[in-house]
Amino acid sequence: MDAVLEGLPLLIDGFLRTLSLLGIAGLGAFVIGSIVAAMRISPIASLRILATVYTELVRNTPLTLVLFGCAFVLPYLDVRLSFFTLAAIGLTVYTSPFVAEAIRSGVNGVPIGQAEAARSIGLGFGQTLGTVVLPQAIRMVIPPLINVFIALTKNTSVAGAFFVVELFARSRQIINDRGDEVLAILLAVSAFYLIVTVPLGLIASAIEKRVAVLR
Amino acid sequence: MSQSVLYDAPGPRARRRSQIISIVSALLIAAGLAWLIFTLAAPRVTAGGSTQTGLFDPSRWDIFLDLATWRAIWRGVLATLQMAAVAAVLAMIIGVLFSFGRTARSAWVRVPTSVLLEFFRGMPVLLMMLFVLLVFSTGSYWAGVTALAVYNGALIGEILRAGIRSLPRGQAEAGLAIGLTPVATRFRIEFPQAFRQMLPIIIAQMVVLLKDTALAYIVGYSELLRIVVNNLSNFYGNRYFFSLFFVVLLVYLVINLALSWIARFVARRTGSRSVTGIADGGDESKS
Repeated sequence: MDAVLEGLPLLIDGFLRTLSLLGIAGLGAFVIGSIVAAMRISPIASLRILATVYTELVRNTPLTLVLFGCAFVLPYLDVRLSFFTLAAIGLTVYTSPFVAEAIRSGVNGVPIGQAEAARSIGLGFGQTLGTVVLPQAIRMVIPPLINVFIALTKNTSVAGAFFVVELFARSRQIINDRGDEVLAILLAVSAFYLIVTVPLGLIASAIEKRVAVLR
Repeated sequence: MSQSVLYDAPGPRARRRSQIISIVSALLIAAGLAWLIFTLAAPRVTAGGSTQTGLFDPSRWDIFLDLATWRAIWRGVLATLQMAAVAAVLAMIIGVLFSFGRTARSAWVRVPTSVLLEFFRGMPVLLMMLFVLLVFSTGSYWAGVTALAVYNGALIGEILRAGIRSLPRGQAEAGLAIGLTPVATRFRIEFPQAFRQMLPIIIAQMVVLLKDTALAYIVGYSELLRIVVNNLSNFYGNRYFFSLFFVVLLVYLVINLALSWIARFVARRTGSRSVTGIADGGDESKS
C-alpha cells in the first residue's frame, strides 16, 4: 500500500495528463466527427463517398497502428511535434469516425415520418435537419456519444506506450521501482480510470432511460 | 433507388452545383494526395548531412521481392489471428456466463456480476494485459488472450443480455408453461433467439477484438506489427521502416474490412430488419 501512497503524486500527474489528452482529443474528435457526419448525410454525392471512405478506413485501423504511425512515421517525415501533440492528433483521428457514426445513428433513430412531415410542409434540407430532425436526434445521440468518450478515456492508455507520460506510463514507472507491490499499484491505477468511466457510463444509461420514456 | 427523404431529387441547377462541388473536392483531394506522394518521394537530407532516398525509391521496397519477407508477414498474420481466435472463443464463453449472471433470479448472483462487469468494462484493455502479465506472470501471449477475452466477454455479456431482454415475454412464459425448468427455458428458448438476433453486433465486436490484438504489441507479444515492422526493419535495415509499416497497415485493413463486410452480410441475412433511417439515402449505404 505504501508504494501507492509514495507514487500518488506521480499517479495524479499522470492522471492529469490523461485528462488533458481526453479533453483535447475528445473536443477535436467531436468537431471532426460532426463534420464527417454532416458530409455523410449531405445531398452532395462526392462528399458522402469521401466521408464513407474516411470512416471505413480509420475505423478498421487498430489504434496501436495509428499511434505507432504518429509516434514513429510522422517524425520521420519531418513533422516536428512533441509526442503529446502527436498522440493527441492520433487519438483525435482515431475517435472521429466513431463520433460520426454515433451522430449518424442518432439521426437515423428519428422516425422517418418526422422528416417526411417536415419536407411535405415545404422545409428545405437545412431547415428539416436544423428545426425538426437534429433537436430530436440530439437526445438519442448523447448516450452513444458518451460511450465513445468512455472508449476514448480507455484508449488514452495506449498513448502511454508511445512516449506520452500519462497514467499508464506512470504506473509502469512506479512498478519498475516497486516490483513488490504490483497488485496494489495496478488496482490504484484502474481506480483512476474507473472514476472517469463509471460515472460517465451511469450518466449515459440514465439519459438513455429518460429518452426511452419520452418516446 | 431509394432517395433520401431529406432533399428533393436534384434539379438541373442543384445537379450542376453538386457536380461543381464534386469536381472541386476531387481536385482538392487529388492535390493533397499528389503533395503527399511528392513529399514522400522526395529525397531528404538528414541531420547528419547524408542524403536519404525518397520513400518510393526501389531500394526501399526491394525486400518485398524476397519470399522470406512475405513468409515473415504470413507468420505475423497467423500470430495475430491465432490470438484473436483463441480470445474470441473464450470471450464468447465468458460472455454467455456473464449474461446468465446478469439475468439471474437471485440478487446474490446478479449484483456481484454487475459490479464485476462494470469493473471490467471501465478498465483499459491495455491495463488489463499489464495486470495479467505482471500479477499472474504469464507470458505476453496469455496476457493478451486473457485480457481480450475478459474485456470482450464483458461486452458480449451485455450484448446478449440486451438480446434476451428484447425478446417478447411470451417466449419465456411459454417455455415455463410447457414445463421446462427456468434454466432450460433460458438455454433452449431464450438464448438461441437472443444469440441469433445479436449475431451482427457480436461479429462487429469480434472486429474490435481483432483490432485490439495489436495492443499485445505493447506488452511484447510478437504479433503482426512487431514481427514485421520491428523485427524485419532491424534485420534488413531502417530504410524499410516506412514500407513495412505501410504493408502492415494494408494487411490490417484488408482483414478488418473483410470481417466488417461479413458482419454486414450476416446482418442482412438474419433479417433483423433494420428500418431504413433518415440518413440512409443516397447510393453507398444500402446495408
